[in-house]
Amino acid sequence: MAYSEKLLDHYENPRNIGSLDKNAEDVGTGLVGAPACGDVMKLQIKVGADGLIEDAKFKTFGCGSAIASSSLVTEWVKGKTIDEAETIKNTDIARHLALPPVKIHCSVLAEDAIKAAIADYRAKAGKKDEPQEAAK
Amino acid sequence: MTAIAQIRRNDQPIYLDYQATTPMDPRVLEAMMPYFTYKFGNPGSRSHSYGWEAEEGVEKARGQVAKLIGADEKEVIFTSGATESNNLAIRGVAEFYKDRRNHIVTTVTEHKCVLDTCRHLEQQGFDVTYLPVKKDGLVDLEELRAAVTDKTVLVSIMAVNNEIGVIQPLAEIGKICREKGAFFHTDAAQAAGKIALDVEAMNIDLMSISGHKIYGPKGIGALYVRRKPRVRLVAMIVGGGQERGFRSGTLPTPLCVGLGEAAEICMKEMDGEAVRLTKLRDRMLKGLNAKLAEIYVNGDLEQRIPGNLNISFAHVEGESLMMGIKNLSVSSGSACTSASLEPSYVLRALGVEEEMAHTSLRIGLGRFTTEHEVDTAVEELVHHVTKLREMSPLWEMSQEGIDIKSIEWAAH
Repeated sequence: MAYSEKLLDHYENPRNIGSLDKNAEDVGTGLVGAPACGDVMKLQIKVGADGLIEDAKFKTFGCGSAIASSSLVTEWVKGKTIDEAETIKNTDIARHLALPPVKIHCSVLAEDAIKAAIADYRAKAGKKDEPQEAAK
Repeated sequence: MTAIAQIRRNDQPIYLDYQATTPMDPRVLEAMMPYFTYKFGNPGSRSHSYGWEAEEGVEKARGQVAKLIGADEKEVIFTSGATESNNLAIRGVAEFYKDRRNHIVTTVTEHKCVLDTCRHLEQQGFDVTYLPVKKDGLVDLEELRAAVTDKTVLVSIMAVNNEIGVIQPLAEIGKICREKGAFFHTDAAQAAGKIALDVEAMNIDLMSISGHKIYGPKGIGALYVRRKPRVRLVAMIVGGGQERGFRSGTLPTPLCVGLGEAAEICMKEMDGEAVRLTKLRDRMLKGLNAKLAEIYVNGDLEQRIPGNLNISFAHVEGESLMMGIKNLSVSSGSACTSASLEPSYVLRALGVEEEMAHTSLRIGLGRFTTEHEVDTAVEELVHHVTKLREMSPLWEMSQEGIDIKSIEWAAH
């Protein structure tokens, strides 16, 4: 199977590998996929006081396309608001990396991962607000 | 080994996929060459020396193949390869004896061409029993004994598995088949020329052989068909009645000669080669174990041909690993390499978990593999497995002591 140069570059030099503190209030964590299916992505975002995503990290168990898709997404979300990051579509990822048809599910998984991370961040932010409201 | 230079150019990756196919031995090519050019006759031509010369080449080859498996040369017929041999053996026997017996016994880890042939026969009304295998990949002889009935016409069990290299207990299987009056067919594509085979001692009635798995040419194989007691077959390809009527069509003389020569070389060098490959295999395993934790050999390591290693590198997906080890040509039991998204059915049959099946590589060593190549392979594998584990969320969890099975994964 012939892969695009962009995909190979992300596979060979993945950006933003690593982990953020999943218990931190300003960190949202998304863990999607399943080991039995051969793909698991963990994607984390750290949101600054200004509402912008200031850092993003990933770890992926999966084929080269899955690794490249998650690496690309961490690059794309940085500097965006969470609302903006939420609009990233799997088709954009697939097009950018020129994923072959059998690998489209990797881009779907990357989109799911960013959505899951955002949902986790929002859930934490919601909880943080609750006691304040109760105090009023 | 001087042959190396002829086999592999320096800019090519290291070939470690000897169960997929083998390069042709230069000695085989040399034996074949005259039959492409001046000895071009049709071995079926009886009226002139061109035909006689070609026939002589074919018959010598038939004898060489027969000798490799302890058969008589009259019992060997040439086919296009092991797939055709398996089709002919199973369908041919089933169709010939269908009025008396209509049951076939095989195993779940057979090659697709055996399984698909059996499914095809099921659609035509035959009964097929697919025996499971034990954790080590071997068939349970008591289960086999229980499965064979007075309706069983054929037991088809492969000699050596193509993915995990395990050797089935052929002599014991043959004994059971003989006791029960069922024919015993074995797909020996991965076994012939690598382990000692004897159709008499093992009570084998039909055996499939492939040319390109034993350093011979592609497009040629053989089927051993026992004459005493006689095994009868319905032919799949009819026409001029060549090959005792079992397989019509003009014989490809150069390919037959190549298969014969390949068989003879295997026979002469088998013992020494087994020792050499076992040393290389052990060297590779030791090298990997020294640097990597959590690697698992799939299938029994003792009852196994020395040229096969099937290893799961926990928490590293097989295809991503293959993308990294660009200088090594291996294959993977991971789903992602094939169009289907299912991981290897052979590994699943051993009870290997799906996630572990996704992390497996099949590494095949063979006649032209050198110690230097093994060392280079170990180095590359260690480097890339380590790198990919650093970016694996599963590895991270396992290091943190989290049980991956305790997590509720959303299937996708």
